[in-house]
Amino acid sequence: MSFLTAEPVRLLLALVCIMAFVGLNAAYLVLAERKGAGRFQRRPGPNEAGYGGWLQPVADVAKLLSKQLIVPPGTDTILFRLAPLMVISPAMMCLAVIPFSQTLVARNINVGLLMVFSFGSINVMAIMLSGWASRNKYAIISAARVVSQNVAYEIPMLLVVITLLMVTGTMDLNEIVRQQAGWFWHWNLFKVWVNPLMPVTFVIFFICMLAETNRAPFDMAEAESELVAGVFTEYAGMGFGVFFMAEYANIVLGCSLGTVLFLGGWQSPFGLWPGVVWFLLKLYALIFTVIWVRWTFPRTQFYNLLNLSWKILIPISLFTLLLSSAMIKLF
Amino acid sequence: MIAPTDIPSRTNPQETFVLNLGPQHPAAHGVLRIKMTMDGEYVTRAEPIPGYIHRMHEKMGENRTWTQFLPNTGRIDYLSALHYNHAFVGAVERAARIEVPPRAEYIRVITSELNRISSHLVWWSAYLLDLGGFTPLLYAFADREKILDLLEAITGSRLTYCYFRFGGLCNDIDDAFIQGTRAFVAQMRPRLKMYRDLVTDNIILRKRLEGIGPISAELCRKYGATGPVLRGAGIAYDVRKVEPYSVYSQLDFHIPVFPEGDSMARYRVRMAEMEQSLRIIEQALDKLPAGPVMGKVPRVLRLPAGDYCYAVEAARGRHMVRVVSDNKDIPYRVKLRTPSFSNLSLYEEASKGMMLPDALALLGSLDLVIPDIDR
Repeated sequence: MSFLTAEPVRLLLALVCIMAFVGLNAAYLVLAERKGAGRFQRRPGPNEAGYGGWLQPVADVAKLLSKQLIVPPGTDTILFRLAPLMVISPAMMCLAVIPFSQTLVARNINVGLLMVFSFGSINVMAIMLSGWASRNKYAIISAARVVSQNVAYEIPMLLVVITLLMVTGTMDLNEIVRQQAGWFWHWNLFKVWVNPLMPVTFVIFFICMLAETNRAPFDMAEAESELVAGVFTEYAGMGFGVFFMAEYANIVLGCSLGTVLFLGGWQSPFGLWPGVVWFLLKLYALIFTVIWVRWTFPRTQFYNLLNLSWKILIPISLFTLLLSSAMIKLF
Repeated sequence: MIAPTDIPSRTNPQETFVLNLGPQHPAAHGVLRIKMTMDGEYVTRAEPIPGYIHRMHEKMGENRTWTQFLPNTGRIDYLSALHYNHAFVGAVERAARIEVPPRAEYIRVITSELNRISSHLVWWSAYLLDLGGFTPLLYAFADREKILDLLEAITGSRLTYCYFRFGGLCNDIDDAFIQGTRAFVAQMRPRLKMYRDLVTDNIILRKRLEGIGPISAELCRKYGATGPVLRGAGIAYDVRKVEPYSVYSQLDFHIPVFPEGDSMARYRVRMAEMEQSLRIIEQALDKLPAGPVMGKVPRVLRLPAGDYCYAVEAARGRHMVRVVSDNKDIPYRVKLRTPSFSNLSLYEEASKGMMLPDALALLGSLDLVIPDIDR
């Protein structure tokens, strides 16, 4: 079995595992979301397929797969077909550098954080392309919204991450987690002696993550009561399914990044259980919060969304950046 | 598909496009079509095109007997069917000088107010759905379900009621209904408080509604808008107070008025109205007299020749029925003045220059029922 240890083979296997992880997560997060929504709304949620609805994702996928892939006349065929792939593949690539435990990481590169953000930005372009290629008015309005929204929220997110980078001094995600060893107050979230505004930066990160993944209350891309289905209006069957998967892949990615950067990644707060368990616990706690937010709040108004970013989040994150650089210089 | 626009626009026509909102659009809540000339995300002109669900109710009134038209009234505004029952029944009673027993009048008020609450609950949940809040829908429908169960037990139907008769009601209420209604009133009050705390005071919702879609009293007067739209513009016009019908003059309630004129004002008017309706129901149940629920009505109804009107305050505003009789057993003319039609007609002027999501927030705040527009 020596070939398993060869680097290319290992990487390939890891990527296959990530694809399976993303696929399963997308399928079962949809179920979790629908079940969660059911609980929030005092109804059972899907409960017909399989025991307690556990086979619902299988039925959903079977339905989506069996549908005809319609490419409407007048669309830019190549871009129209390419866009779903361009949405999902960067999210999968990014997960390659996320450390699920000390050793469970597909490719530990020392600029992991940079890679996550550079690949993560492709998402915007892909959604814009899908909107443009659809040649549908709702899709184009939605695409224009997505671009301005994502550009606006990328800035505070990056400012927050730069603040964090100044604290950690490395872009190696595994190294960032290692620095947070010990009790939970060693997590970056609670490192108030480095920067008293650390919890605030986490909140900003979380809000930006919601906006970047186009989740409610910032779901301008889909906004079904205004724009029918936004950029996804013209997509049928698995084309739509892939967008849907990409949304959940991006949530998983954003939440794992939040876990790694702020919640100590695979570090256990009290030395019990292997790291991967803790990582997944923290990850799914964050994902649950994302679902919770969606079913609690109405959608924001588009210009309020931009106001929030430019007038509130960016000044605060700039301030935290200055504050932590000053504190690092002083102490 | 992006087709070149043929709508003349004040701005450069090459920069605008036409967005056909509907007839099958999630925010239209039915088959309303709005032809929007858009400049980017700004609406330069929104032209409502009704008519997709026209059923010729007025014409149908002219070729069936007075009694036979009664079920139609419940299908005009299906969400406040009892008010529409009331208006038609009232017009005929006024014409034929039929005395309605007091018990029947009280029961009419109780059921009408229950119907108003259920209608406002549907509006509230659907409006929040428009604004992207999904969860309130299920809560509101759970409350509405109780009203529907109560009304089903006495009227026999859950939505398109045909409960009122010329001279009274087809069915008396029983103790189960009275107790169920009292229980509903008791549990609806904390629910309304919960909705206020959780939804109305939510910062996202307030930012989306406050100052959005201002409608002045002048605009309302121009287009004949009534109901919560007018009361949200600061004018305390309510048919129940202005020209009291039935036994409303004997009941103590006030008309919620909010002078701001924005979507939030209309929202608050409806939320406050639900509380007032609960008050009315409580009082009417306390005062409920004994006696028959059906007055003396001739076997074959022939209205004396003439022109008769009767207006009620439906959930969406002033609903008036005008019947013209030429002393036959079928009406010469049935004219329905429906609130949604007037409320929609101000939309084109009110929505000018708004952004698309705001324009849809305004549309939702008008509380349109499309069959009420087309009838």
